[in-house]
Amino acid sequence: MIIKSRQSSDLRYSQVTPKGEYLNRRRFLSAGSLALGALTLPAQPAQAGTKLEGVVKSSYTVSDKATPYKDVTTYNNFYEFGVDKEDPAVNAKNFRTSPWTISVEGDVAKPRKFDISEILKIAPLEERIYRHRCVEAWSMVVPWIGIPLNALLKLVEPTAKAKYVAFQSLYDPRQMPKAGALDFPYMEGLRLDEAMHPLTMLTVGLYGEVLPNQNGAPLRLTVPWKYGFKGIKSINRIRLVGSQPSTSWNTMAAREYGFYSNVNPNVDHPRWSQAKERRIGEFFKRDTLMFNGYGDQVAGLYSGLDLKKNY
Amino acid sequence: MKRILSSRWVKPVVFLAALAPLLLLVWQFFHDGLGANPLQFITHATGDWTLRFLVFTLAVTPLRKLLNLPDLIRFRRMLGLYAFFYGCLHLMTYLWFDKFFDWADIVKDIAKRPYITIGTLGLVLMIPLAITSTVGWIRRMGGKRWQMLHRLTYVSIVAGVIHYYWLVKLDVSRPLFYGGLTAILLLYRVAVWFMKSRARRVPAPVAA
Repeated sequence: MIIKSRQSSDLRYSQVTPKGEYLNRRRFLSAGSLALGALTLPAQPAQAGTKLEGVVKSSYTVSDKATPYKDVTTYNNFYEFGVDKEDPAVNAKNFRTSPWTISVEGDVAKPRKFDISEILKIAPLEERIYRHRCVEAWSMVVPWIGIPLNALLKLVEPTAKAKYVAFQSLYDPRQMPKAGALDFPYMEGLRLDEAMHPLTMLTVGLYGEVLPNQNGAPLRLTVPWKYGFKGIKSINRIRLVGSQPSTSWNTMAAREYGFYSNVNPNVDHPRWSQAKERRIGEFFKRDTLMFNGYGDQVAGLYSGLDLKKNY
Repeated sequence: MKRILSSRWVKPVVFLAALAPLLLLVWQFFHDGLGANPLQFITHATGDWTLRFLVFTLAVTPLRKLLNLPDLIRFRRMLGLYAFFYGCLHLMTYLWFDKFFDWADIVKDIAKRPYITIGTLGLVLMIPLAITSTVGWIRRMGGKRWQMLHRLTYVSIVAGVIHYYWLVKLDVSRPLFYGGLTAILLLYRVAVWFMKSRARRVPAPVAA
């Protein structure tokens, strides 16, 4: 079933989830949090391709036709595994995503390390079909599975000093032999209000299954109104900080890759126009939408900000 | 080797071999072999082959001198025309599938983006070379002037390498590879020119 997206203000999770399931989850969560301190959870075999259980359909879903699984998983950028689009699917095959911990630290009241299996239980896993627009002017539509990032951030209680969220990818040259193009580890960042926005997602799966390694297993970021490279993959560290963190592509070429990197048809990349995009699988190019079509929900975050300067 | 090169079969064989990349693309197109972004695949493949054939063309003279295989010259025109052919396919992919003949947008693109400007320049310079590639034109222009004109190939290949270098986002190893080959091929010519001009200045020792 496809539910059209609505104004974010109209929406509460309790409305989109069957009531029984919703209550059940509350019970489960409180039981879970009791148990957490007491025992170590066994590492789950979070193998790519394993079906994810208990996924609810979110109303944050576009009606565009989803890009075929094969294309989503064989055409992407993940420079730690090579610079060609086909490289990650080949070179990330044996990447170990278990055990995996994510440390959340910095300006927070309750810094903490999470096991990936704990992340899966912070909030109900939701399937959200998002548009995905690469800065290289191609796009996809992907049924991601994950939780809102704000659910995780609320658990660690950001302090008043926290203004930005800095993300870091794992960098392990033994497992990522093709790396060498960027200054690794890969870093990305969001403003705190962007990070807390309900559309911003910590993603653990796609097409109903555990995230394939090449797509950023076991945990990646998905920010659908920004260019794809903001969606940092294989995250192992999240820091809340007071000033704008440096990010990999911005450090590499600030003129081409801004900190904000909102999808914006009116601001060209220096080497190509952003007015149009090629949706993977389509012959004709289509017009790019402001904020990738999520303007109703996110434009308010940038009122008063010159998006030509802050690209 | 010399026997093979002077045989009457070798030319059609080279012709077909040079056509193979295009045939492969067509085959892959009909067999889902171009990946998720077929038009980008075609653009990159045709661009690559344009540069490769320019390298082959410019390699003919050094190879034929260094290896003492004068018959190699029989293939130079064909290789050069193939460079132009793949360059045209490359341009067509851009004009048609990327821009859908939106001329206003194309002109803006060429003017605004240096890598497209220089790529266009490289290809446009090949047009007079393709036109004057026939024996009739060599005769009409005279060998010296024809040769002068065809040195534009040097500009074309340099433009092609810069076009590629400016295009890639980060990993410039492949453009640098073509750049290295181009440097070798052009330095060879500089060296030959330098030695010739020295030989002209210094009179040869006269036998007593």
